[in-house]
Amino acid sequence: MDYATILQILDSTVRLGTPLLLACLAGLFSERAGIFDIGLEGKMLMAGFAAAAIAAVSGSVWIGVAAGLCASLALALLHGLASITFRGNQLISGVAINFLASGLTVLIGQKWFALGGRTPSLEGAARFAPIELPFAEVLLPVPVAGPLYRELISGHSVLVYVAFAAVPAAWWVLYRSRFGLRLRAVGENPAAVDTAGISVVRMRYAAVAICGLLCGLAGAYLATGLSAGFVKEMTAGRGYIALAALIFAKWRPWYALGATMLFGLLEAIANRYQNIDLGAVVLPVQFMQALPYILTVVILAGFVGRAIPPRAGGEPYVKER
Amino acid sequence: MKRLPDWADVVLVPLISVVLAFVISALVILAIGENPVEALQIMLTGALGSAYGWGYTLYYATNFMFTGLAVAVAFHASQFNIGGEGQATLGGLGVAVVCLAFDWPHWTLALAAATVGAAVFGAAWAAVPAWLQAKRGSHIVITTIMFNFIGASLLNYLLVNVMRPVGSMDPATARFPAGAKLPTLFDMTSALGMPLFKSTPVNVTLFIALAACVAVWLLIWRTRLGYMIRAFGRSEPAAVYAGISPVKITMYALLISGALAGMMAINATMGEQKRLILNAVEGAGFIGIAVALMGRSHPFGVFLAALLFGFLFQGGAELALWTTIPRELITVIQALVILFTGALDNMVRMPLERLFLALRRPDGEARR
Repeated sequence: MDYATILQILDSTVRLGTPLLLACLAGLFSERAGIFDIGLEGKMLMAGFAAAAIAAVSGSVWIGVAAGLCASLALALLHGLASITFRGNQLISGVAINFLASGLTVLIGQKWFALGGRTPSLEGAARFAPIELPFAEVLLPVPVAGPLYRELISGHSVLVYVAFAAVPAAWWVLYRSRFGLRLRAVGENPAAVDTAGISVVRMRYAAVAICGLLCGLAGAYLATGLSAGFVKEMTAGRGYIALAALIFAKWRPWYALGATMLFGLLEAIANRYQNIDLGAVVLPVQFMQALPYILTVVILAGFVGRAIPPRAGGEPYVKER
Repeated sequence: MKRLPDWADVVLVPLISVVLAFVISALVILAIGENPVEALQIMLTGALGSAYGWGYTLYYATNFMFTGLAVAVAFHASQFNIGGEGQATLGGLGVAVVCLAFDWPHWTLALAAATVGAAVFGAAWAAVPAWLQAKRGSHIVITTIMFNFIGASLLNYLLVNVMRPVGSMDPATARFPAGAKLPTLFDMTSALGMPLFKSTPVNVTLFIALAACVAVWLLIWRTRLGYMIRAFGRSEPAAVYAGISPVKITMYALLISGALAGMMAINATMGEQKRLILNAVEGAGFIGIAVALMGRSHPFGVFLAALLFGFLFQGGAELALWTTIPRELITVIQALVILFTGALDNMVRMPLERLFLALRRPDGEARR
């Protein structure tokens, strides 16, 4: 394997890891506030569809992204309504949202475009073009760093850079802002937050809304950045992989970057090589595909570093018992 | 004092939730420019208007009874087994291993062995998440989701690399031997001289599903284990105080759940496809969640809800055939049923409680 191949694999790692990263940060905000969210998949799917459909119709990717954010936010608020206002089961609500998105995207897409659940291919201004960072061509002759800069760091769509910038931003918000402290407290001990005179309901709705917006970005990137249009079930389990990455990252932003890029790397390798020959054993491609899930189970089992979820996660808050 | 009378809790709340889900589904149909009344008529004639339609409706309902019961048993232990899909996939593997192992002399023998195979493989796939939940406290929902994906990859690997017959391009096993062919209801009714359900896949497994409904009822409400499962599900500390082992009950409940989900494969893999294919489960494991929620985790409720979803599945196929409404409408209805009967339960319950309280107040005073 030469340097160029490695760069190519890392490049697709970044591309494939980006939607995971955005969705993982989305789940991070929600679960840190005590709202479990297994509806990441559905929100991404809905956002991807809305973004691609509106971008195709309007011809502008930015209007598409706005539509994707709105669609994802709507589902997030539905999740909030069920799990915060009506104190329903958050897991069941998440399952329902996943199915709702899976059905509605095809139903609306078929009615609108009659392409079997696809949207028309996006061209020109309707999709994100790669951004050439300055001096990418000029620095190319520089050994090692030149190709690295041009292939890996430059040439992604704007949402990739947004996703990477979101990691320190999420860290700052969660650990250095008053809002973040309250948000984390709501996920650990909502009664204490309530006693301090802060509305648990409002904090949790804020967290769920942030989750919706980040999922919206993830879905929009999937349909307008990574591919040129929406295809039925295009998230293909990425929401669940993001969930796995969230546990892998133990609900922390920087770890989330590592976990999602690891899972992105696994996907990139599985896409590039069918079977991996390690001499003694041959790893089949299906094993590579299952690896993120297997790793998550191992982490969950607590044999390799225990993952402890926010303490009040999954429990609706009742003001007076 | 109970806030709601029993009949309202058992019948009225789920009924209103389901009606709400269907009203919104009708609005969705309206929104995509179709007529919901016409759609319902097509579904009714397609699924219930002929013996052919009934044959498919009952075939789907058989699948959903198994997966619905699987989710329901776990619910009684307050565990959310979302892994029915993976357990049913592995159940299919169990069925295939058993059916291809011998040249079965008679279908009764093959059926008995395949049932055991399906149940054992399904339970085995639930065993690891169950053990992790019971012993290590890993959340069952996450682990079973992960096991759904791992199961799909495993089956994909086995079908492509191991079990595929030589020279075949299709990722599927060889056809099961003739001795493993289950009699369909058409065969059975023909033998009785009044042939019904011609060329539909509904088969003898339907009776196993019905028996499973009864067995689960007996288990939950008439046995010591069932009592322990319910006690544990209601309150873990109380159960521990009464000497019930949480580890054991979690394991038992989830193993039974996995076995039931796995048994779905007798109907789909052995009864209908007669070989193991990729994606034989077709989302039935997830529909089990809707079925169990709608049926309030009671076997009779599961039976009714499975019939309803069987009707929706077959009716949805007919809709896709005759109108421009795609089959995914059923996914939307399924989502709305899960949403209203599961997550938004309180939205229906809270106003009802207020209503009953208001109704009860006058005669409470009269008694005084």
